[in-house]
Amino acid sequence: MTTPIYLDNNATTSVAAEVLEAMLPYLKELYGNASSMHTFGGQLGPRLRAAREKVAALIGAEPDEIIFTSCGSESDNTAVMSALEVNPHKRHIITTRVEHPAVYNFCKHLARKGYRVTFLPVDNMGRLSLDAFYKALDDETAIVSIMYANNETGVIFPIEEIGTVLKERGILFHTDAVQAVGKIPLDMKTLPVDMLSLSGHKLHAPKGIGALYIRKGTRFYPYIIGGHQEHSRRAGTENVASIIGLGEACKVSMQQFGTEHAHLSMLRDKLENSLLANCPDARVNGDRVDRLPNTTNISFEYVEGEAILLRLDEYGICASSGSACASGALEPSHVLRAMGVPFTALHGSIRFSLSRYNNEAEIDKVIEVLPPIIKDLRMLSPYGRENLAGQVCK
Amino acid sequence: MWEYTKQVRDLFLHPKNVGEVEHPDAVGEVGSIICGDALKLTLKIDKETGRILDAKFQTFGCASAIASSSALTELVKGKTLDEALNITNKDIADFLGGLPEEKMHCSVMGQEALDAAIANYRGKAPVRESGERVVCKCFEVTEEKIRKVITENRLTTVEEVTNYTKAGGGCGTCIPEIEAILKSIWALKPLPEKPKKSGRLTNLQKIALIQDVIEREIRPRLQADNGDIELIDVEGPQVIVALRAMCVGCPMGGVTIKGIEEKLRELVSSDIVVEARTE
Repeated sequence: MTTPIYLDNNATTSVAAEVLEAMLPYLKELYGNASSMHTFGGQLGPRLRAAREKVAALIGAEPDEIIFTSCGSESDNTAVMSALEVNPHKRHIITTRVEHPAVYNFCKHLARKGYRVTFLPVDNMGRLSLDAFYKALDDETAIVSIMYANNETGVIFPIEEIGTVLKERGILFHTDAVQAVGKIPLDMKTLPVDMLSLSGHKLHAPKGIGALYIRKGTRFYPYIIGGHQEHSRRAGTENVASIIGLGEACKVSMQQFGTEHAHLSMLRDKLENSLLANCPDARVNGDRVDRLPNTTNISFEYVEGEAILLRLDEYGICASSGSACASGALEPSHVLRAMGVPFTALHGSIRFSLSRYNNEAEIDKVIEVLPPIIKDLRMLSPYGRENLAGQVCK
Repeated sequence: MWEYTKQVRDLFLHPKNVGEVEHPDAVGEVGSIICGDALKLTLKIDKETGRILDAKFQTFGCASAIASSSALTELVKGKTLDEALNITNKDIADFLGGLPEEKMHCSVMGQEALDAAIANYRGKAPVRESGERVVCKCFEVTEEKIRKVITENRLTTVEEVTNYTKAGGGCGTCIPEIEAILKSIWALKPLPEKPKKSGRLTNLQKIALIQDVIEREIRPRLQADNGDIELIDVEGPQVIVALRAMCVGCPMGGVTIKGIEEKLRELVSSDIVVEARTE
């Protein structure tokens, strides 16, 4: 297979060259356990501390407000569970209908265990209903967990506004910022959030490393119980190489912030606008204003997403789809359904998510090959033929 | 990513018989855009001989739906209507060198479109409008279809029924009904031979299935006689159980164990040996 045109960076990202290089010594000669009494292991302590500082710096946090976890899902589960543990008498959880499964399915699991869960609705642009949020709050609410930016549409939620209300009422607030960290600037000094999840492999660190920010003073209960690592907040021998990698990835991300944002949104907008102009019955899912710079979710009506993806795959183009068939489930994306995307468009959604390593030639390639694919699949489809008359997919 | 065969990929990338035949003699339309796949089959039929002269399709759906539709048109061309009616979803899947289990419903859709087209030609109402009872509301799957697919493909679990028909894959409220249909079919007949399937159970699936059979089939009966049973361990074909309550020391214990073994052999795996652990 030739080098892919990789436009699926909300799924995972490539490991940055600097990151891999920083990690290698810890997979080779520096294999010690940081908890050991000998110098060979003990020398890792300062390096882990440096990595923690870099992760903290990216989000404007203090180093001791960061604990390392195995992934974003673990961070999410830990945050929600901790809030329930420290508030045993409060049995109400508020989240949204468009959360990542790491929160969404975990909350559904808790609902089966007897917790009361409110899943807040979104409008047809994927924007959160703040009205519903205010109404849902009550004295029983132990935690509110709302994602910073949606993984499928890139829509950004008003975390600051929500956090301000919750701070006044003394309710714990967690945000799953896995898709936001590294893509948009975050500053925990001003953001009224108690806990925040991030994941390494979404920002060019490897898979299998995540972090949870826990604001100083927040009551916390560990999820993985065992040794004293992470100041007894998360047991398990430190994943040294990956922690070093995450630190390096955060450092690189911080250095690139200004230029990367402009680069991503320029490429994304070019891709989006060209596809909308050159394909009939194409529409963007989600708010185009408050959105991550790297993400676009486009529905091509009357065609099915898996078919589009596999045709793109012939050109080595990697994207993803909210279509039922693409996931192995029988129902299309819960996010798009919550947004009330019409059925004609629901199965034909394609998400392109870019990274700093994409270039304009790659985007031009997609703009060249996708419209004929859509045209071809439209010719196969029994639907929408009347709309097609007179319109030509260039 | 799905592991599609070369045949599926080829027919998806270069489908044969796309479009509508002119002035079709028969039209079969199944599925809907809401469900995520739909197929419109048009046939040209020689009225003298009843032979299918031409077949074309239009499909909204994934790669395997498109390939299955194209395979169907290749299979029916040149056949008489009666020959065509013998085509099963399995024939379509075989033509494609097999389909992933979760995609078998694509082959079922092809067979349904063919049935609908022939019914249309012969002036019968399509199943959908015939007042058939809809079991799965999410995907509009009728009881007749579920029964047909279960018997033709020898399905025994709800999961399989979902893979083949989509029924039960949405809200899930119809799952007890599908279970009841499965029960009503296989309670009357001996279970189908399925060597391929039993070999593919993972250990966890097997334990779950055994537990399930004990909970649903065996415990209620024992409890009715004030007895009870607990699954202790599964080691290969050996299933170790403990009889509880009134079953302890019951002179009929041996008979009970034999009955449990028969049930598990029937519903899980033919090589199961049940042993009672005394405590």
